[in-house]
Amino acid sequence: MNSIHDLGGMDGFGPVEPEPNEPPFHQPWEGRVLAMQRALGFTRMWTIDESRASIEALDPVTYLTSSYYKKWFLGVEHRVLEHGLVDAGEIAAGRALHPGKKLARTLTPADVPGLTRGSYDRPPAAAARFAAGDRVRTRNLNPATHTRLPRYARDKTGMVEAVRGCHVYPDTAAIGAGEQPQWLYTVVFAARELWGDDADPTLTVSIEAFEPYLEPA
Amino acid sequence: MPDHDHDHDHGSELGEMPLRVRALETILTEKGYVDPAALDRIVENFETKIGPRNGARVVARAWSDPGFKARLLADATAAVNSLGHVSPVGSLLIAVENTPRVHNMVVCTLCSCYPWEVLGLPPVWYKSAPYRSRAVRDPRGVLADFGVTLPADTEIRVWDSTAETRFIVLPMQPPGSEGWSEERLAELVTRDSMIGTGLAQRPAAVAP
Repeated sequence: MNSIHDLGGMDGFGPVEPEPNEPPFHQPWEGRVLAMQRALGFTRMWTIDESRASIEALDPVTYLTSSYYKKWFLGVEHRVLEHGLVDAGEIAAGRALHPGKKLARTLTPADVPGLTRGSYDRPPAAAARFAAGDRVRTRNLNPATHTRLPRYARDKTGMVEAVRGCHVYPDTAAIGAGEQPQWLYTVVFAARELWGDDADPTLTVSIEAFEPYLEPA
Repeated sequence: MPDHDHDHDHGSELGEMPLRVRALETILTEKGYVDPAALDRIVENFETKIGPRNGARVVARAWSDPGFKARLLADATAAVNSLGHVSPVGSLLIAVENTPRVHNMVVCTLCSCYPWEVLGLPPVWYKSAPYRSRAVRDPRGVLADFGVTLPADTEIRVWDSTAETRFIVLPMQPPGSEGWSEERLAELVTRDSMIGTGLAQRPAAVAP
């Protein structure tokens, strides 16, 4: 999806402004949003890719003018409505008006210490098509749905630097089309390939590219 | 430092968001989808347990133990999980080494992917449009925003975290810290040095 979240290479956002001694959360509600996101993720009602897609689907003005945790909140609200866990009347009322649905599992306090990142490695269905050292070209893909191939790295020639195993494919997992595991590669590009002759000659940039994003160069 | 003025945020959020978030938590709790006590534990973990000290310990061990460093660069997930005192990390953590020849920097241009288990939650700037837009095109300009200047002939490698792989930079050990204990070495390792927007601190910066 070619939406505003795909920021690599854009101009005009000003300098980076580090904040000394930044706290984990600036407001208590930010921590509650993060915790709700984690707890709902634990129920397996949706994938991490669907979570990202719901934030990418925010309109550009909302995306750019909302704080990070507000974007997360809007994504959570969108998904609980989309999945029928909550209805619009309940959001308006600020309380439950109907009994909850039965979920596969819910997070208890005892589960929290063992809560680690999910694993996205999957057994491969076929041998990897590329190997380290192979020259590859990224495809010129512009799906209307979620993808992890950034615009700045489409239709560019680079080199496979490492094979990272076989992983859940975000492009399908985000839209309920299953995990469809794909080989994942670190693909490195010279900055001049990405940004033209004026680019920093000392710079290389890599992306983590799923096999369907690539063809032999 | 005075109260952070929150200029990254839309002004109206300050009044609106606590109410909206509390309302949603109430609904989710009443419907049995979330347990507020579990939410409390998650918040507490991020405020007290999960942070860049974990990554600093990993770097300090790599500086003082060449065998560990080799294992870290070969398979960071396994190497970090072999350290009992650091919380376990999921697959797939990748450590990239800074040398006099090459400097590594990590970004997520598409969202905010970050190695939470070893660095904690990402800072606001890491998730912001200025960093995400410029890191892949003008990393020297980004480094200047952090007050860092590298030699003109140092190669810069930017890693865009576009999948579930996660990256931690192994910064160069600063001169003058040879032979230090791991505990003291860890004091030199800043969060930004493990993202690649900073360097490890000089020993003089932490001298007692």
